Amino acid sequence: MPTPSRAWREFPQRYRLEAGKCKKCGAVSFPPRLVCPVCGWREFSKTKLAENGKVLTYTIIRVPPHQFADQAPYAVAIVELSDGVKVTGQVVDCDFDKIKIGLRVKFEFRKMYSEGEAGVIYYGYKFVPA
Amino acid sequence: MREVAVIGVGMTKWGELWEKSLRQIFVETALLALEDAGVGRIDSMYIGSMSPGLFIGQEHIASLLAEYLGKIPVPAVRVESACASGGVALRQGFIEVASGLSDIVLVGGVEKMTDVDGSEATYALGTAADQEYEGFHGITFPGLYALIARAHMARYGTTREQLAMVAVKNHDNGSMNPLAQYPFKITVDAVLNSVLVADPLRVLDCSPITDGAAVVILSSLSTARKLKKPLIKIAGSGHATDTIALSSRKDITWLESTFQAAQKAYKMAGKKPKNIDLVEVHDCFTIAEICVTEALGFFDIGKGGEAVQNGLTSLKGKIPVNSSGGLKAKGHPVGATGVAQVIEIVKQLRGEAGQRQVKKARVGMTQNMGGSGGSALVHIFERI
Amino acid sequence: MHGIVGYGAYIPRNRIKVEEIAKVWGADAPSYKKGLMLEEKSVPSPDQDTITMSVEASKNALRRAKINPADIGAVYVGSESHPYAVKPSGTVLAEAIGATPDVHTADLEFACKAGTEGLFLVLGLVKAGEIKYGLAVGADTSQGAPGDALEYSAAAGAAAFIVGKENVLAETIETYSYTTDMPDFWRREYQYYPRHGGRFTGDPAYFKHIIGAAKGLMAKAKIKPIDFNYVIFHQPNGKFPLRVGEILGFRKEQILPGWLVSKLGNTYSGSSPLGLTATLDISKPGDMIMIVSYGSGAGSDGFIFKVTRRIQEARDLAPKTRDFLDKNKNYLEYGVYAKFRGKIRKAE
Repeated sequence: MPTPSRAWREFPQRYRLEAGKCKKCGAVSFPPRLVCPVCGWREFSKTKLAENGKVLTYTIIRVPPHQFADQAPYAVAIVELSDGVKVTGQVVDCDFDKIKIGLRVKFEFRKMYSEGEAGVIYYGYKFVPA
Repeated sequence: MREVAVIGVGMTKWGELWEKSLRQIFVETALLALEDAGVGRIDSMYIGSMSPGLFIGQEHIASLLAEYLGKIPVPAVRVESACASGGVALRQGFIEVASGLSDIVLVGGVEKMTDVDGSEATYALGTAADQEYEGFHGITFPGLYALIARAHMARYGTTREQLAMVAVKNHDNGSMNPLAQYPFKITVDAVLNSVLVADPLRVLDCSPITDGAAVVILSSLSTARKLKKPLIKIAGSGHATDTIALSSRKDITWLESTFQAAQKAYKMAGKKPKNIDLVEVHDCFTIAEICVTEALGFFDIGKGGEAVQNGLTSLKGKIPVNSSGGLKAKGHPVGATGVAQVIEIVKQLRGEAGQRQVKKARVGMTQNMGGSGGSALVHIFERI
Repeated sequence: MHGIVGYGAYIPRNRIKVEEIAKVWGADAPSYKKGLMLEEKSVPSPDQDTITMSVEASKNALRRAKINPADIGAVYVGSESHPYAVKPSGTVLAEAIGATPDVHTADLEFACKAGTEGLFLVLGLVKAGEIKYGLAVGADTSQGAPGDALEYSAAAGAAAFIVGKENVLAETIETYSYTTDMPDFWRREYQYYPRHGGRFTGDPAYFKHIIGAAKGLMAKAKIKPIDFNYVIFHQPNGKFPLRVGEILGFRKEQILPGWLVSKLGNTYSGSSPLGLTATLDISKPGDMIMIVSYGSGAGSDGFIFKVTRRIQEARDLAPKTRDFLDKNKNYLEYGVYAKFRGKIRKAE
């Protein structure tokens, strides 16, 4: 169960898709890191993820974790963005039988879930057909 | 580095053990292992358990179990690497004996998963994934492996039926294992008609929620000789990590950590895939078994599904995989799995596997994996 | 000169037809369809709310405005369905578009005119030179009580406007607001659904305030109905805006491009704002547009805009209102609609 502070720390990524670009090898890390996963360099410049991509693989979750209980069934995919970065996210506004490997998608700002009727509402990104 | 042997094994029936608590399950199992080894004294304990904190609200189980086993003040520690916790416990125990620091080490694994409901259990298991970039989006473990399955099927033509055959084979084997959670056979049709969990994976593609423990006793080879035990030595040990998130992998269908760990184990043991007589792999989901057999070098990349279909991994096949019934039929109390795999190999190498016996088994392998492949342990055992 | 620099719309893709709702409550669908000129309405998915729609509409407005979001000095979200009772929608929006931290934010509420309220405020701030650009959004996912007349029309949508002095695509000619205290439609704190005064919401409420605002605005600007290319009124149903237009002396052709309600429903704070975005989508340089909103309680905000040459370049930079309204629709059955709208009582 996340806490508000844990989610708040990720707002630049979840709200604005902010990523880090390695100053040495140019690899983009999302979320940004302290150590480049490709070359080990420690200096980065700020960048943003590309808005569009295509589905690499996907599934339909029918047995959800409890905070997503009301949303099931829902589709989750690994999307390869046009800048090469791969991101996991739900695919919504798309009939399940229309989702396939290679489907063109784009980011959209959506509500992820809330902690019951009285808790914080967590927002983030999902994918919709482009 | 000294040579290390497995001198004792202990395992009780796995399942939904409503009447037994975590400490009870572990101690009963450990006592069996100590009896089998014929030793009273141990020098230290390594216990693998993924999350007693989330499942039963209990941390610090190393001291709890050392005390309940009657072994305090012996050093004890709980190790964790998601579903590879048992494998890590084995590796750490192996290192401690091999280094000469200890002579007899108890290596165990335990998980008590039924004190929370299914939805909580799914959440707890999900903490093996990247919480902020996978879990936050609603992915589950069946979901992650379903992502791998769909990609493997699209790229290599692996079929839904081939996945089902993995479960059927493991149940065939498990039906001969009296300690298994589900000691009965199933059919391909039953798998294909079972309820969808995360497309394309269905309930019968998935390992179950299980309570259970498994314990082995390690000692130096010289001590093992003195005890006049069948000599089963740990010939090779390999351990490797990989990205925690599936989306960060270079190739979603390839289990790099298993490949890396296997390379190290093969090298240490001086063995190749063709030298392995049987292997216990981490079939948390049917697709996992297929990918693992490829990463271990038993089949070419993409050919793991075909291999199952052609019977190459059945008990009488070229390389019997999961003679115990695997996680699917035997059960998967997360932290215990890595140790239970060792027990099956030891029994096979000792010739004590009853109806499941693989003829002339001399060299066996175990592969234990955490999360969607973020960690992997491969061990090779040899009867000498 | 100051005015609209960028505009954007967002409408969820789910729809439910009047017949589907009437079937469940045993009501006479044809009389709703004919009497209120309603056919279907938009329904938000469970993962959409006023905030998510505001963000997407604002991103579309930014695409047309082509400005650096950090230069936005004020962000106002007007809604009667803010996700929190206490914690602004505006801060999430400002954070999501990158306008923080140098920004003023406020959440606004005034039944269906909360969206134009924000527009009223940012126009004033920009004109006074207090901010370089301002963002005003009208968005709602309002609820109608099950079985009540409002259930047939309460819909979801968002419209966003970025206002400034440079690169204006619609210049502000005049603004005027007409307000009285009027209990025609209300919702008490902690109540789930609003209530209304039935026919009391017509002549003394909607009509009086829209007519008062329109006449006051046209008098202030010295412009007559015949001088406008288009006019947009608040759309609680299909009939009211056509009738008030007729009363004021407008022709149907002036009203229709911004008349979305029969296929959209009443998007409350998004209602006349979405009519404006739809009108801007088809407007030409030189067009004169009047928009008069209405919020129960009650009041009307009126604005007159003159479209500039820049509309030709800006119009195609983001999806058009009718793209959201007409394309890719997903029709729901009442059960799924009730589940999506949280109308089914569940276990704790």
